[in-house]
Amino acid sequence: MNRLLVWYGELTTPRQLVHRGLYFLGAGMLWLMIFLVLPGLVLIVVSFATRGAYGQLEWSFTVENYKRLIGFTLFGWTSDYILIVWRSVWVAFVTTAISVFLSYPLSFFICARPERSRYLWLTLVIIPFWTNMVIRTYAWFLILAPELPFAKLASFFKLIPPDTPLYPNAFAVYLGMVSMFLPFVTLPLYASVERLDWTLVEAAQDLYASRVRVFTQAILPQTLPGLSVGVILTFVPAMGMFVVPDLLGGAKYMLVGNLIQQQFGASRDWPFGAAISMGLMILTMISLQLYRRRSKEIEFV
Amino acid sequence: MRRTHPLISAAALLTMGFLYLPLLSVAVFSVNATRYGLVWRGFTLDWYIQLVHNEFILEAAWNTLVLAVASTLVATVFGTVLAIGLDRFPWSKRTNTFLDIVLHVPVVIPDIILAAALVVAFGLLRALSSVFEPGLFNMIIGHITFQIAFVALVVRSRLVSIGREIEEAARDLFASTPYILRRITLPLLLPGIVAGAMLAFTLSLDDFVISFFTAGPESVTLPLFIFAAVRRGVTPQIHALSTLVVLITVILIIGMERFTRK
Amino acid sequence: MNAQVGKGLTVRGIDKRFGLFRALADVTLQVHEGEFFTLLGPSGCGKTTLLRIIAGLELPDAGQVVLGGQDITSLPANKRQVNTVFQSYALFPHLNIFENVAFGLRSRKFTQEEIQSRVNRRLEMLGLEEMDRRYPHQLSGGQKQRVALARALVNEPDVLLLDEPMSALDARLRAQVQEELRRLQRKLGQTFILVTHDQAEALVVSDRIAVMNQGRIIQFGTPKDVYERPENQFVAEFLGAANLLHGRGVDKGIETAIGFFHLGQTPPWDQGTVAIRPERIRIASQSPARNGVRARVRETIYRGPNLDLWLEPGPLRVRTPSQRDYESGEEIWLELPPEGLVILDE
Repeated sequence: MNRLLVWYGELTTPRQLVHRGLYFLGAGMLWLMIFLVLPGLVLIVVSFATRGAYGQLEWSFTVENYKRLIGFTLFGWTSDYILIVWRSVWVAFVTTAISVFLSYPLSFFICARPERSRYLWLTLVIIPFWTNMVIRTYAWFLILAPELPFAKLASFFKLIPPDTPLYPNAFAVYLGMVSMFLPFVTLPLYASVERLDWTLVEAAQDLYASRVRVFTQAILPQTLPGLSVGVILTFVPAMGMFVVPDLLGGAKYMLVGNLIQQQFGASRDWPFGAAISMGLMILTMISLQLYRRRSKEIEFV
Repeated sequence: MRRTHPLISAAALLTMGFLYLPLLSVAVFSVNATRYGLVWRGFTLDWYIQLVHNEFILEAAWNTLVLAVASTLVATVFGTVLAIGLDRFPWSKRTNTFLDIVLHVPVVIPDIILAAALVVAFGLLRALSSVFEPGLFNMIIGHITFQIAFVALVVRSRLVSIGREIEEAARDLFASTPYILRRITLPLLLPGIVAGAMLAFTLSLDDFVISFFTAGPESVTLPLFIFAAVRRGVTPQIHALSTLVVLITVILIIGMERFTRK
Repeated sequence: MNAQVGKGLTVRGIDKRFGLFRALADVTLQVHEGEFFTLLGPSGCGKTTLLRIIAGLELPDAGQVVLGGQDITSLPANKRQVNTVFQSYALFPHLNIFENVAFGLRSRKFTQEEIQSRVNRRLEMLGLEEMDRRYPHQLSGGQKQRVALARALVNEPDVLLLDEPMSALDARLRAQVQEELRRLQRKLGQTFILVTHDQAEALVVSDRIAVMNQGRIIQFGTPKDVYERPENQFVAEFLGAANLLHGRGVDKGIETAIGFFHLGQTPPWDQGTVAIRPERIRIASQSPARNGVRARVRETIYRGPNLDLWLEPGPLRVRTPSQRDYESGEEIWLELPPEGLVILDE
């Protein structure tokens, strides 16, 4: 392979080009190999290892950790972990659904602003997107504090004891999760709405009066690319979220993220933590696969 | 311009309120002159002044800055070089797919998985060297790992948009490879590199999970400090600190927008 | 033969494949010094690839590029005395107009004074002297095109390559720029090679045209040659409108479905085609002595100075000055003069 070749106007040989290319790739790829791919592989290996009596790793390989994850313990079958996994998926699903539901009006609203203020509105959506999640989560403590009307109202209806805050509970987790991930849907969706072909919407309005049909037939298909990006950007990280349930959910509303954190923290059970991480990884891959199949369909339409 | 239905406007404004109400209340209570409770007792900057005298907070701020600056610098250099390597060489389709997947992994997987993997990896590396004890060094490595991917993606998209013809034109006008790199490619790439660096910096400030998993007792950063403090019970000082962090984020975002839109 | 070429350009036996697609097939051509040469063809015919090979931005699989007697086939693009005006202009967005134009001189390390005087001279020549501190995004399409031209010409290349430089301009501006380009080339006396798919443009600017299709050169010639004497059906139809008559070749004529037509010579085939341009068909008041056809007007198309008539039988297209009107259904006599009928290759 020593023939000549012109690449970006430069006369060179394939060998020389590959040589130089490897130099460029080298540092970054080596880094990612050592600190991303290799740790990933190690995590897989560790998920089959055993926890020693003092929390150290013992290299006797078993599938015990995975069996434990799906509920088999020394004392028979329990649904505890399965329930936590299922709850994570469910919370991620509900979070995504509510975020989508809220993002449509918001994107249309921003799109309808005049050019100049549109960027301001967009920046306003971007700011929470980049604000530290710990701050955004604990901020809800203030809103849900016992002195404020929300908690008062809840205690009036006997949902919570008087003079207690409206957290930790499932409701607070959903509030925190939606406010966390809403911009993840709104931003890509806005990009689609901005490119919307309004003539199709108007044609639909002319043809059939029903608003629902205008939405499903004219708006939804056109915004599907942005929507599906938003959905995947929300659903996947939402499954692994641990700050929000930790602060707003408490011990009773644990998610997979908390379970993993527990194994690497207090319980010091790395192999089990690794196995749960693998479980989460599998869920992530399934979601990405679904997304990829859908996005391929979208391209064909 | 298109009119929006009043109901849609109302829903949108409520949603914005939902996004900002928590943050605004943090800001409001950071200047409220009461230590306990949520009753308004007048304006004060005491909590901000106290921050400056709190050794732990100053140390956490310093750690945060060191972490963000060090990881951003390394990640920007590596990410930029990697982006050039990805885009400007004729890799086979299969190689490209592989590189693409590796690059997207830190972007799409839940960060807790990367954190878990790093904990385990550092745990094993500790057998080799004590530098891998939990602490700032590990945190920097962790941050660089996900930052590289983001920087490379941003810079690569810029490279793609520059396209091939500009460089061919330069070549056609008698320029050598180093001359093109110096006079054409790098200057044109600079906005992309700066945007990538700012993104990396923001990501570092924004990160909690990777830091939480890899930090040691000596390397508390602001997000970690806030998290620990909040679990003990929120104080107006924490509100003040959080408000400052949010303000810095806002400044960074506005800077980033200015730069990328130009 | 080489002596006559001077600083001319010769391309010999060029072959280029992209995977299975054969972009160029054994292309040979010669461009004389000081000539305005045009590669004309539909998109995908390989003309741009040929231009890129001459520029050094692509390597041929086989064949040679010879410039002024020197084989430059494997000379890097930055070592060739050839400059290009790109289709997108490819101006450097971060450099102002002066620096854009100066780029080629700077990379060859000319002195500051030399650069100053050369660049200013070019900018002046192209009416850009006021623009030198502006940036490309502040210019109109026509101005950008002139900057691209100045940026290439300032290097005084042996050959200037122009890759569809007019395609981004609107129709009126394009017509004006074509004439300007023609004058500029005459004034400079430099060798220009233009790539275009616009036959009108090719006719306006060129000294010689090479018509290309599917990676091959189909016909060489002056604009008048290729327009008036197309050698085959593709050239006849690609350059303007043509009426094609199929028939049987006989002695000094052709026997077609609409009658016998005298030709100046005997066609070299038994079955074949002759072509005639619509404006070469004459409308006669009475039956012409020979090559006459009685036809009925089916449709008239008003084109300003001209009127196009679609006629039965045929259908034949006739272009006539638009002073007189024709009604649909009107019957007229046509004369297809032998000198207007072109025998095409099979």
